[in-house]
Amino acid sequence: MRTRFLWTVVLIAMIALVACQPGGGGGEAEPLKIAILAPLSGDVATFGQSTRDGALLAIEEWNAKGGVLGRQIEPIVEDSQCNAEAAVSAANKVINQDQVHFIIGEVCSSASIPISEVVMSKGNVLQISPTSTNPQVTVDENGNTKSMIFRACFIDPFQGKVAAKFALEELGAQTAAVFLDQGNDYVRGLAEFFRDSFEAGGGQVVVWETYTAEDQDFSAILTKVKDANPDILYLPDYYSTVNLIAAQAREMGITAILMGGDGWDSADLDREVTDGGYYTNHYSGDDPRPIVQEWVQKYKDKYGSEPDALATLAYDAANILLQAIEKAGTDDAVKVAETMAGMEFDVVSGHISFDEYHNPVKSAVILQVKDGEIHYIATVSP
Amino acid sequence: MVQRLRQPSVLFLVGSLLFFVLVQILLSVGVINPYWRGILFWGAAITMVSLGLNLIYGFNGQFSLGQYGFYAIGAYASADVTYRYVHNDASGVVVLIGGCILTLLLMWGLSVFLRRFYGVQTITSFVFNLLATVLGFFLAVRFLSPALSGPMLSLLQSLPQSIAQQIVFFLALLGGAALAGIVSFLFGIPVLELGSDYFGIATLGFTIIIKVLADNTDTILPFPEMKGARGMVGIPQWTTWPWVFFSFMFVVLVMRNLLHSSTGRAIVSVREDERAAELVGIDVANTKILAFVVGSVFAGLAGGIRAHDLAFLHPQSFHFIQSFNPLIIVVFGGLGSMTGTIFAGFAWIILLEGVLRLYLPQGFETWRFVIYPLILLLMMLLRPEGLMGRYEIPFLRQKLPPLRKKVQQAIKAAVTPEVAE
Amino acid sequence: MATTPVERTNSLILHRRRGVVLNRISQGLLALAGLFVIYVLGKAAVGNPDVFLQQVLNGLQLGFIYALIALGYTMIYGIVKLINFAHGDVFMVGAFTSFFAISTAGLHRWPQMIWPGISESAATVIGTVTVIMLSMLVAGFLAVVMERFAYRPLRNMPRIAALITAIGVSFFLEYFAQLPFVYTNNYITYPRPFEITVFHADAISPPVMIGAWVVLLASAIAYAVFAQLDRKGVQWAAIWRRHPLLQFGLLLGGFLAVVMTLIGTAPSLGEGWDLTISNITVVIMISSILLQVMLQYIVQRTRMGKAMRAAAYDKPTARLMGINVDWVIAATFALGGGLAGAAGVLYATAYKQVHHLMGIMPGLKAFVAAVIGGIGSIPGAFVGALIMGQTEVLSAGFISTPMRDAIAFSMLIVVLLIRPQGIFGEPPGEKV
Repeated sequence: MRTRFLWTVVLIAMIALVACQPGGGGGEAEPLKIAILAPLSGDVATFGQSTRDGALLAIEEWNAKGGVLGRQIEPIVEDSQCNAEAAVSAANKVINQDQVHFIIGEVCSSASIPISEVVMSKGNVLQISPTSTNPQVTVDENGNTKSMIFRACFIDPFQGKVAAKFALEELGAQTAAVFLDQGNDYVRGLAEFFRDSFEAGGGQVVVWETYTAEDQDFSAILTKVKDANPDILYLPDYYSTVNLIAAQAREMGITAILMGGDGWDSADLDREVTDGGYYTNHYSGDDPRPIVQEWVQKYKDKYGSEPDALATLAYDAANILLQAIEKAGTDDAVKVAETMAGMEFDVVSGHISFDEYHNPVKSAVILQVKDGEIHYIATVSP
Repeated sequence: MVQRLRQPSVLFLVGSLLFFVLVQILLSVGVINPYWRGILFWGAAITMVSLGLNLIYGFNGQFSLGQYGFYAIGAYASADVTYRYVHNDASGVVVLIGGCILTLLLMWGLSVFLRRFYGVQTITSFVFNLLATVLGFFLAVRFLSPALSGPMLSLLQSLPQSIAQQIVFFLALLGGAALAGIVSFLFGIPVLELGSDYFGIATLGFTIIIKVLADNTDTILPFPEMKGARGMVGIPQWTTWPWVFFSFMFVVLVMRNLLHSSTGRAIVSVREDERAAELVGIDVANTKILAFVVGSVFAGLAGGIRAHDLAFLHPQSFHFIQSFNPLIIVVFGGLGSMTGTIFAGFAWIILLEGVLRLYLPQGFETWRFVIYPLILLLMMLLRPEGLMGRYEIPFLRQKLPPLRKKVQQAIKAAVTPEVAE
Repeated sequence: MATTPVERTNSLILHRRRGVVLNRISQGLLALAGLFVIYVLGKAAVGNPDVFLQQVLNGLQLGFIYALIALGYTMIYGIVKLINFAHGDVFMVGAFTSFFAISTAGLHRWPQMIWPGISESAATVIGTVTVIMLSMLVAGFLAVVMERFAYRPLRNMPRIAALITAIGVSFFLEYFAQLPFVYTNNYITYPRPFEITVFHADAISPPVMIGAWVVLLASAIAYAVFAQLDRKGVQWAAIWRRHPLLQFGLLLGGFLAVVMTLIGTAPSLGEGWDLTISNITVVIMISSILLQVMLQYIVQRTRMGKAMRAAAYDKPTARLMGINVDWVIAATFALGGGLAGAAGVLYATAYKQVHHLMGIMPGLKAFVAAVIGGIGSIPGAFVGALIMGQTEVLSAGFISTPMRDAIAFSMLIVVLLIRPQGIFGEPPGEKV
């Protein structure tokens, strides 16, 4: 009986602890709070970490320059696990407990969409997602743009189209095999738009196979590819899975040219097995623009590796947000959103403006993995 | 009537009603902000799922990891109904409700039919019930839906919008729960035969299968509006505190009354000793299926509630790793204790989403899931029987039936020394 | 005309008919479904036989990997009746141990450092075996620690308490491993201790094929001879008949002979046939057969194995017989953990990647394989794993890729329905 009583006391104490957690006020001299929501645990934790690192680096730079609107910036990082339920909880926490008005996140569309619902119902909160590609993040299902939601990355159609066009025209491909993770909407979106564009351009998708995120053995579906012997093997997944598939494909003796999307952009891409492959990306490391070189150098100095696409996009998202706040001259999220929609930005991933659906309009580059180096091949404008 | 209500019942009912009113007031004043509301609703939903599991595992002794599969079925089914309704299509209501009714009728007819035979194998009854389900839903899609969808929609639209909305939501929840029940019945017939650990692994497999299907709702299954792995958007956000509260109370009351009935005692006796239960004339197979179906219905109901709170469904939420959560809650609270499950359900959510979110310093967000299993391990080592053991609050506690007069007298005689007369 | 209740009951029973017809109908329907699957597979096999055979070979590799994990699972389950969910994470720790041993310490190259003149292949073999041994040690030690601190205190508690602890340990290992100063949350390319080469038909010379057949035939003849002698009552023959070396020869010879012959003669079997197998598959095949046979030997023939079986059967009685049950269970965990560690190294070498959640799915599938084969049975785990590998690859190859996991788990349900104790399992003891 006594232990039971004790546990009840513990529960009540826990509730009290949570209840009494002071919510921040919004005074003038206080630092400006920006929330970073990213998956920091689970199987995509590494993407969340890159995102966090990129955004934190941007905030650090701004703070060193004296902050925004004369105020320092206080980042608040929350783990949203790439999962709708945890994301809603995390978003509600930063909005209601920490009184945050600006959110950078989430990585996955599966978390960004529910966060955008929370943000839209709150009204005076702005969300910019660095990497969520699902069109429904910024557009509701009736086709209306969500006024407070932006994104910093391509949406699927553009990248898929660019890749398909490149494969058809530059590589002269006739047939393609496409692998996709059935549970990942980023991968699925890219794959579907690649297929549509490729077939519209006269190509033929001869193998269309799905797998799950937990799969590590792709021999069964690769055997089909070997049998069909296509010109292109399109792998629009993150580098983690691409490494696995490419290694097995090479061992199996598949000679198709590998192609992929910006998920490939990472220092951890296995350049040995993806040798000769092409991928679409936001920027090229060879780009002489100072902002790009500076970013790569700074990231290397701080974290000891080359930035991946997620870190770059998070860095861009933070910069877009802070530039818009600076230009709007206020921390009122609604005004910042209006300013942001009409502004143009020069960031690492190029010259960006937002279209009517709050998707960035920017060009893509095509890169090639060759002899352990990444080579710039072409730039494709929208 | 009044006399039959015992004091704890009155206390409990009045207390919970007061709680309901209090929370409602706090919600409308805004003291409970959306963060808190989210935790409360999530806690209620996960507790409902866990209560279902407690019925299956804690009271009936069948180790199940399939609760999240049924949770997903309830969520997707009810979300589809309301989604279609807000897009001016009543076919969801008609097909789900009609299909469930038809299937249940067919199953009932089938059970009457099968009762006339002996020596019917489990696999036979499984196959026939499967055929009945397929037939029921086929009829609903093929004949009911074209005939009734139009009239149903105009009927609903002739009602005031808020009332029609509540009716549709009610039907959606009902349909989702019923579908979860039907699926669990079908799945339970063959699999419950397997016995505890094998049953657990099979149910885990079930959760994985459901996740795969949810990933492919638009390719393998014919539901383009669920958008597969892209996540289902456009679900109306209809879950309000009264819905949460009354669903929760419904689950608690149904479970309490079931357990306090003779059927409930049969359920518990199967847990204690299957063979002994069989010997005293309890139909063990049916009892197991009953507990499993009722538990799954609870999960389906919770899924409906949760789907209309989040207004977004993604298959990732139903990953099989999540299906350990209800199990952890049930064991935390104490197997076979409803009080414990309710307590642990809310404690779990407050710990994970409340305390660990608010009090871990910045830079330690990744530690949330390091600390959580450590707490889990410590708790299990310190108190393996769960926080509450088998304790129940008075309302949920089962009063033993009064002893027979003869026995009473005998006890009395034994206790009080006889005074010579 | 009034009938007594007794008569009414009787008449009711009399009016009930036997359900045999119904059973036949449903069995027929199920058989039809089974036939359909066989038809689909058969059509694929006839239509494109080289792809089909290649898929079977792919399934073999997957199956042997599952076998390595499943062996540990089945041992631990057999003795403590606990689904050790953390087994997959021990597997992960084994893989990471070898990763650090290779990438930071360069352990796989130690023979070259000590004897610079050593031949390349000998150095690779010694180095790889060292790495595997180290991972086995670390993983075994981890499993023992886990048992000592997480499971032993709960041994006399309800089984569920230990199960939840297992889930807790599993979560802890996964999420602790992802912390930056422990391992990492990233997907890391694994530096293989030896390079992968793929054998095509030309790489398999006739001597290899003949050698495999010779091993198989020699073992088979030896077995037949010993069996004959054993039947005549010759004592030493009985021992030799069950000798692990003989079993190893039989199993390995059998697999190698069939596989190598298939690959070596592929070009002459059909136009454009190109069947391949990689050296890692052969290594995995040899290791898992070796470990399987060794385990079988330990469990069946040594004192410790006897103690294990006794403890699995009845712990209190085993204790009364003077067996240190705690020690036996710890040893079982050490063995099981060691197997998982070895599996981790081979798995990482095969797929060239390590990750902190890599153990979940293989662990689960291996457990399913162990259940299919009959949990607690070592040959069962082996056979179950091979079935699992084939199911997965064939369903991904010819039935439906998205449903591959679903089909794999349905396989479990189907097997358990037909044979509730699993293929090699002993019928459950009747305890009243």
